[in-house]
Formats: sequence, structure tokens, C-alpha cells
Amino acid sequence: MTDPATAPRTPTALVLVSHADELARGTARLAGQMAPAVLIEAAGGLPDGGLGTDFDRVQDALGRALATADGVVVLADLGSAILTVESVVEFLDPDDAARVHLATAPFVEGAVAAAVSANGGAPADAVLRVAEDAGRSFAPTPSPGPPPAAPPTAGGGEAGPGAPGAATAGAEVLRRTVTIRNPLGLHARPAAELARTASGFDAEVTVGGVEAASVLELMALGATGGQEVEVTARGPEADAALDAVTGAIEGGFGEA
Amino acid sequence: MAADVAWAERWVRETARSIAEHKDELTELDRQIGDGDHGENMNRGFTAVVAKLDALPEPPAHVSDVLKLVATTLMSTVGGAAGPLYGTAFLRASKLADLPELDGRGVVAVLEGALEGVQARGKATVGEKTMVDALSPAVQAAVRAADAGGDARAVFAAAAEAAQAGAEGTIPLLATKGRASYLGERSIGHEDPGAASTALVLAAGVAASESEDVTAASEPEP
Repeated sequence: MTDPATAPRTPTALVLVSHADELARGTARLAGQMAPAVLIEAAGGLPDGGLGTDFDRVQDALGRALATADGVVVLADLGSAILTVESVVEFLDPDDAARVHLATAPFVEGAVAAAVSANGGAPADAVLRVAEDAGRSFAPTPSPGPPPAAPPTAGGGEAGPGAPGAATAGAEVLRRTVTIRNPLGLHARPAAELARTASGFDAEVTVGGVEAASVLELMALGATGGQEVEVTARGPEADAALDAVTGAIEGGFGEA
Repeated sequence: MAADVAWAERWVRETARSIAEHKDELTELDRQIGDGDHGENMNRGFTAVVAKLDALPEPPAHVSDVLKLVATTLMSTVGGAAGPLYGTAFLRASKLADLPELDGRGVVAVLEGALEGVQARGKATVGEKTMVDALSPAVQAAVRAADAGGDARAVFAAAAEAAQAGAEGTIPLLATKGRASYLGERSIGHEDPGAASTALVLAAGVAASESEDVTAASEPEP
């Protein structure tokens, strides 16, 4: 265990690895404000200020965290950030490597949730679980009720909030099942494209049971190539929304 | 011939030379289906490796010392996904090369370690248009050559030849891993830059063993 005389920090430290220095440092600041006792190391961007992840920077941050904490939870944003973290861990002594836990978690929410948990003195494996559970904040609610009466952003001139016409149109749920065409499925870029498509219509759209307008919910689905998903839409522009969203999925997001 | 530390050093220097020579080709391949920096990144990495070799206070003792230096340097200098992938390949290879020299079986072990490292990092399998499509057939060819009693050079030559064929074999493949996978069908018809650079790295190992031949020819075989 940590000797309080030499290490006044909590047993678990965090390392935030992002392609962007600003994102890593900003997230560390945000999480740090909620968890002042936790050592939170930011390791983002390249030494020349560019976007990317730098092996040495991540190694240094992890080294500082391992020097003061019993365990370290790492959050990484995308693709090669994860490869870089895994590579740094591979270079560690096995004893140190065993103290590092790479979370599969949303970067900001995971960092904040993990930091708050660590601040309470939780060990690394518990902090890891909290970070990974943060993804569930985007999970679909078990039985989504009627959509909140949010004013439509487009085409809402006539059917204002609570207008009877909108309520009638919203009652009918259109459904269509489509197959994900692109091999990697709904990873970041296609998910973002789908969310943009879905949010362009005055309609409530779901894909695989989650809110299609939410990039995080779509990514959390983990839908892979070849998988079938049901798309639903309701609202004044349900028809057009259903066509656009199913079209985007079946078109492989312009990648295929 | 056995692959000793002098060979390993020649291999690395020859790789640096070859990557520099093919830098623009690799970049052009990457421009077709990636972000167009693979040649530049690999050249920066291997240039740094040679600089570190030159700066060593004393020559490396084991093959593993050379490979580990390559691993750490590529990790720090190549960037993107190629840095961790090549870095891990050389790191795993170095762990299996803690010997003064490698025989045919030793070369197989090193190549298997490299493949295992790339797959551990990249989670790719054969047919996904990645480095694995060069490295995996290379390992298989190396095993066959070693089974046939081949020495280190014969095993490495078989591996390099298979890697080159494997790299060319990525042309008709649909990319499903890495950045090229974003292109979907449009990735078809282009050679994978990672597979191409893998073939170059292995070919350099053969060239390194042939250049040794010239000096070794005057010495009687034990």
C-alpha cells in the first residue's frame, strides 16, 4: 500500500491519453476539479503540438502515476491512442504493468466518474469498473416513453411544441430492419455521420434501440459489419428520416 | 550462416537505407488508402535507429540488444499506429533473440514473435489488408524452410520472399482494419503500405546476410 508519508495522493491515479493535448489537459482539469486528491496526468498530442499520441509522453505520464499510486487507470480517446498505451504497458516491468488498467470508457465521462471514485480512496480495479460503467449513461432506457416535447429545430414552424398535429404524426412508429454494410460497423466516424443524418429531421429515430442522434449511444451499441439492426422513426418527418438513416447504413456510409 | 549481432546491425542499417530509397513509394501507397505519411514516418523512425546505433558507446552484444533498440526508437519516433505496431513487433522479436546468434529455428522464433506482437496490438488477422498479410505468410515460409533444414539465411530469405508475395497479394483485398477500412471497396486495387514496408524490412535482412557472405567467404566454415 501507499505510504502516506511519501505519497499523500489517493491509492489510484489516472492517466488521460488523447490525440489532442488540449483535450487531455482540459479533461484532467475538469475531473481534477471534482477530485482534488487524485493525481491526474494528462498525456495528449505530439511534442510539436500536432494531433497524435506520443509514446514518450504517455510513458512519462504513466511513470509519474505509477511512482505515487498503487494502481493507475488509463483512459484513451481513439484508435492509436489505445495502441500507444498498450505498447507503453508492454515496455513496463510485469509488476508495474499489472498495476495499470486501461478502461474501455467514454473519455470525458469515464475520467470524471473515475476521478470521483478514486478521490474516495477506491482501489484501481473498482475505479476501472466505475469508469467503464460511465458508458451506461448513454445506454438506452429500458422502455423509452413518449419523446419530451422539445421544440423541433427544423420544419417546426406550423407544428409547434405540443401542437395536436405533431402528437398525431408522432403516434405512428415506422420500422425497418437493415444490415450494417461496412466491416467495422458503427465505429466513431460512421456513428457520427449517422447521428448527424438522424438529427437533421424532425423525427425521433432509433437504431438498434438507441437514440440515433447520439454518437455515443450508437458507438456503445458495438454494432459490427453484417449485423442486422432495426431502425425506427416517428414524428412529422419519420418517413424521410427512416429513408435517410437506413440509406446511410446500407450505403456503408460512403465508405463502401 | 547463423544470424549474429553483426548481421542484425547490418539488417537494421540496410532497412534504413531501403526505407529511405522507397520512402516516396510507401507514401504514395499510403496516400491512396491512408493518410499519406507512412514513408515519411518509417524513414524518420529508421533514421533515428541508425543515429542511435552510431551513438552507442560500445557495440551491442546480442541480436536482442539491436532489436530492442529498434523497438524503443520506432515507438518514440514513428507515431500513429505504425509506431506501436512495428515497435511491438521488434520488442517481441527481441525477447526471443537473447542469444549471440540465431540459427534457422531462431529466425523462425523471432519472426513468430514479431507476428504475435503485431496481432496483439492491431487485432488483425490474415486477409484484412494489413502488415499481417506480409508477416503471416513470412512466418509460414520460415517454418517450412527451417523444417527443411535451412540455416538462418535460407529461412530469412524464404520469409522475405513470402512477405513480398503477401504484400502484393494485398492489392485485391478489401481493407477491414486500420484507416484504410474507412474506404471500404475503394481500398481494393491498392497495395497495403504496412504490408509493403514489412516486405522491405524482411528483404533488408536477406541483403544483410548476403553482404556478410562476401566477407565470410574467405573464412573456412567450421
